[in-house]
Amino acid sequence: MSAMPVIEVNNLNISFRTAAGIIHVVQDVSFSITRGECLGIVGESGSGKSVSALATIGLLVKDQAIVSGSVKFRGEELIGKPESYMRKIRGGGISMVFQEPLSALNPVTTIGEQIAEVLTAHNRGGWREANKKAIEYLELVEIAQPAARAKQYPHELSGGMRQRAMIAMALAGEPDLIIADEPTTALDVTIQAQVLGLLRRATVERGTALMLITHDLGVVSETADRIAVMYAGQIVEEGPAQQVLRAPAGPYALDLIASIPSYERRGKGLSTIQGAIPSPTNFPSGCRFHPRCRFAVPACAATMPELTPRGVNRTVRCFRADEIAKGGA
Amino acid sequence: MTGVLKSFLGIRGPKGGGAPKLHAEAVSESPWQQARRRFFAARMGPWGLAIIGTIFLFVIIGSLLLPFDFYNVPIRDVQTYTGRPPAWGRPFGETGMLQLDVMMLVANGGRTSLLIGFATAIGSIGIGTFVGVISGFFGGKVDTLLMRLADIFLMIPSLFVILVLARIFQGSGGGGVLSLITVFIAFGWMGIARLVRGQVLAVREMEYVEAARALGVRPIRIALRHILPNAIGPIVVSFPFAVGGAIISEAFISYLGFGVSGDTPTWGNILSESTTFLLQGNWWWIGFPGLFIILTALSINMIGDALRAALDPRGRK
Repeated sequence: MSAMPVIEVNNLNISFRTAAGIIHVVQDVSFSITRGECLGIVGESGSGKSVSALATIGLLVKDQAIVSGSVKFRGEELIGKPESYMRKIRGGGISMVFQEPLSALNPVTTIGEQIAEVLTAHNRGGWREANKKAIEYLELVEIAQPAARAKQYPHELSGGMRQRAMIAMALAGEPDLIIADEPTTALDVTIQAQVLGLLRRATVERGTALMLITHDLGVVSETADRIAVMYAGQIVEEGPAQQVLRAPAGPYALDLIASIPSYERRGKGLSTIQGAIPSPTNFPSGCRFHPRCRFAVPACAATMPELTPRGVNRTVRCFRADEIAKGGA
Repeated sequence: MTGVLKSFLGIRGPKGGGAPKLHAEAVSESPWQQARRRFFAARMGPWGLAIIGTIFLFVIIGSLLLPFDFYNVPIRDVQTYTGRPPAWGRPFGETGMLQLDVMMLVANGGRTSLLIGFATAIGSIGIGTFVGVISGFFGGKVDTLLMRLADIFLMIPSLFVILVLARIFQGSGGGGVLSLITVFIAFGWMGIARLVRGQVLAVREMEYVEAARALGVRPIRIALRHILPNAIGPIVVSFPFAVGGAIISEAFISYLGFGVSGDTPTWGNILSESTTFLLQGNWWWIGFPGLFIILTALSINMIGDALRAALDPRGRK
């Protein structure tokens, strides 16, 4: 049963209709996650991470977004499914943890009711039963005095507790896939590790697949089994987390990891990647990273490299991966 | 909605015994309890409530003790054509011609005026909220259709329609009160609908609404439990203003002689008739119903302002 992935995304393309014409935000994204596995999707702001996640659960506005490709959940194609079908999938099959729990929780409804609401939405009992179960879920996410907390409003909880409550809501539908979109960005560093650990434990125990979207490499290194690095709407590198982090194969991942401040390189100044991520209205020709790339050759500006296998379980989108591996850095 | 009302008024059901109390922030204050606390802290609110409460008491008790019967006018001991000023036994004075007790008229007129005020407010805000939520939540063609309908209603000169309908319905049951309320509602929902629509459009984009959608909550529940409660501030605030507006509109139309017919007194038509002897110094006849209209509108505006202050999220304390 572990052979079949919970979610299998193939050649996902997303474009938006805007006043300036159609812009292609996400191109040719493919990934899959099996039961209990965690895939970290890493990239800068605007690289298409969140949009890919929203497309996966069909939350993009239909008149504005054009989505093509295939999203197979438990072997079933989700793209093109009607809204009524998607509503059952959301929360019950795939649920989401948002970045900022204070704005993602309804300010005028108690925490308990918001969890109970997810339970009743997926026919897991009536309100009376759901309210009782909501307390169990609060207990599951390690909130002290869950019965009292269930009766409180979001503004009465601390940031970490709010994010735990969000996770309880996401777990309440007993989904097979949880998409966590920057779940710890709004939290203190001390709380981040707790919340990540909790999310990971809860998903491993239940065999839930976890798709962890973040720009923080520290977060993925602690949590993810595999990493997909996104740049300008494309996956540029994918592989087992430790391998990608220790020995990045492509130039983008290499510079991205090099730009993490570390104690070993103290006094040397922080390394950065020159320039900024290109706008989707104006992607460069050829490889989208070549204007910022230290290894670029004229061929990089002419044609787009394909995502090619490299070693076991790894892929990279670069013409010069061999040279980089030989120690070009 | 009853839950919201209850928590606003501070009526809470018996506390569930199971939950242990938290040591810090022991009392959990719902947004409605917060609003109530700020409403009363503003001072304007309680004064407004006290005045409108007194007016209600006066109207209810007064109309019970001094019933009005158009076809059975008591004959006064002292016959004066222009009426008599306030004195012991007739604190508001007497009208001219029929020599009716002004206090009795004001109490009975208040019944109709307040009925028109509250019925119009409930009706127009109810319809306006319904249309606004549907329009804002579903958007697209539904939105366009409903908003053009609102535009059409806004373009029809309501005063003209009211005058025509008043003529048609004059003499029908209730002295035209019902038709007046109907016309007020028919021409009163558009502003509320636009207000609510705008509010819903803003709240719809909130992340908690997207989060609810992402967790598969049903659209109806999202509209009623996530969008409406977060958009309700302006709706609640507009209620007292709608009451005051309708009472004044009725007074204005009755003053013109088109509103509610004379056999059913309202504050407006008492004013209308009082002008007959105004030049003879008959101040009490116009003064007392006028005072009641002003006090009602004033107290209702005070309540509205206090509510606005209490519900404004920027003023959170």
